[in-house]
Amino acid sequence: MIFIMRRSKSFLQKAIAVVLALLTWQAAALLLNQKVLLASPVDVALRFCTIWTESEFFNSVWFTFSRIVLGFFMALLTGIVLAFLAGRFKYVEIILWPYMATIKSIPVASFIIIALIWLTSSQLSIVIVFLIVLPVIYTNILNGIKNIDGKILETATIFRLSWKKRLLYIWLPQIKPFIFSASSISIGLAWKSGVAAEIIGIPSGSIGEELYYSKVYLNTTDLFTWTVIIIILSIGFEKIFSLLLKFIFKGIERL
Amino acid sequence: MKDIIIKNISKNFGEKTVFKNFNLIIPADAITCIMGPSGSGKTTLINIIMGFIQPDEGSIEGIPDKISAVFQEDRLFENYSALSNASVAARDGIKKEDVIKCLSDIGLKGNEKKAVKELSGGMKRRVAIARAILSDYDLLILDEPFGGLDEETKLSVIKYVEKSIRGKTTIFITHNKTEAELFNAKIVQL
Repeated sequence: MIFIMRRSKSFLQKAIAVVLALLTWQAAALLLNQKVLLASPVDVALRFCTIWTESEFFNSVWFTFSRIVLGFFMALLTGIVLAFLAGRFKYVEIILWPYMATIKSIPVASFIIIALIWLTSSQLSIVIVFLIVLPVIYTNILNGIKNIDGKILETATIFRLSWKKRLLYIWLPQIKPFIFSASSISIGLAWKSGVAAEIIGIPSGSIGEELYYSKVYLNTTDLFTWTVIIIILSIGFEKIFSLLLKFIFKGIERL
Repeated sequence: MKDIIIKNISKNFGEKTVFKNFNLIIPADAITCIMGPSGSGKTTLINIIMGFIQPDEGSIEGIPDKISAVFQEDRLFENYSALSNASVAARDGIKKEDVIKCLSDIGLKGNEKKAVKELSGGMKRRVAIARAILSDYDLLILDEPFGGLDEETKLSVIKYVEKSIRGKTTIFITHNKTEAELFNAKIVQL
């Protein structure tokens, strides 16, 4: 009961903060009174009600969503496998170190421009999301693996547990919080970098293209509306993915 | 199963000498109780036997491949149920019902499906004991296995463990002489 009350109190506080932010935005838009410079939340809300009825809306959303999600899952899978290998074999960690350090420090824009030379613009966001998310997943999960209690590993050795049991009973529970935190951080990064790649590559029929043309035609209301749509997609995907992870881990722990 | 023969082992941790030319025979198919004050090297000795620590000198003969243990800490898989933990290393032929019966016999009836993290310290201890007893072993190591159990529970658990391990090579570490006597064990004082 106390937990529910605390949660609803926290939800209420957040809701008040959002309303205050919207009021500030509306006040600033009214003061400025130039839609080209700053569209108001009311304008965005009104545009939001009509934008989804346009014929290309769902195609654009699906184009961007599918590529960002694909890039994210490729990075998640690769990051987990590489982290396990690096956790198991020190030399793998050493061999991977320069790649991960380089990927982490190269600006996203440089990646996008280099990738554009090699790839078509429609593949661009998959590769960029993959490259941005991979080191986050890899580093977090490797940290989780390195933090495994040596005594639990000794126990597994004494009881001669198979690799499958070690994976289920030791490795997965240990990396669980690290997967949650890494995916929470990297989903936001995936959307930021994926859309940035689309704005530079301008693949036909993407959200990035819509944002680009909104800028070209000084259609600030559309620019803001698409941005709100990206935020909704990013948060929505993060919540669904988090629920999916919880469901998977509950299933594993019930075994 | 042969006797385990510890020959002239020495072990130092920095300046501190834990063993110097230490010799011991652990008879096969019997319970050997190792007693001694804190810091006397009891846990170091079993870590050497389990292969987690190498002695500086000396050798040990007759260590079997199949070892089971109750460690000083529970070392359980906290997110998993008592049943999962107890059966994780169960020997071939042990069925789910056998694990449930074992848990019930040591006073955990009704708690089989609870995650270990939800159990009390004494209950966790008993899950660790069940796991060790149900596993496939030729040598059982019990490192202060009854810590955290109240007197009444302790007596019933000791009774159950003694019956289960009778005739099997066991190294039992304790501070408590009464526990050693209840096991009718050969006592080695460190």
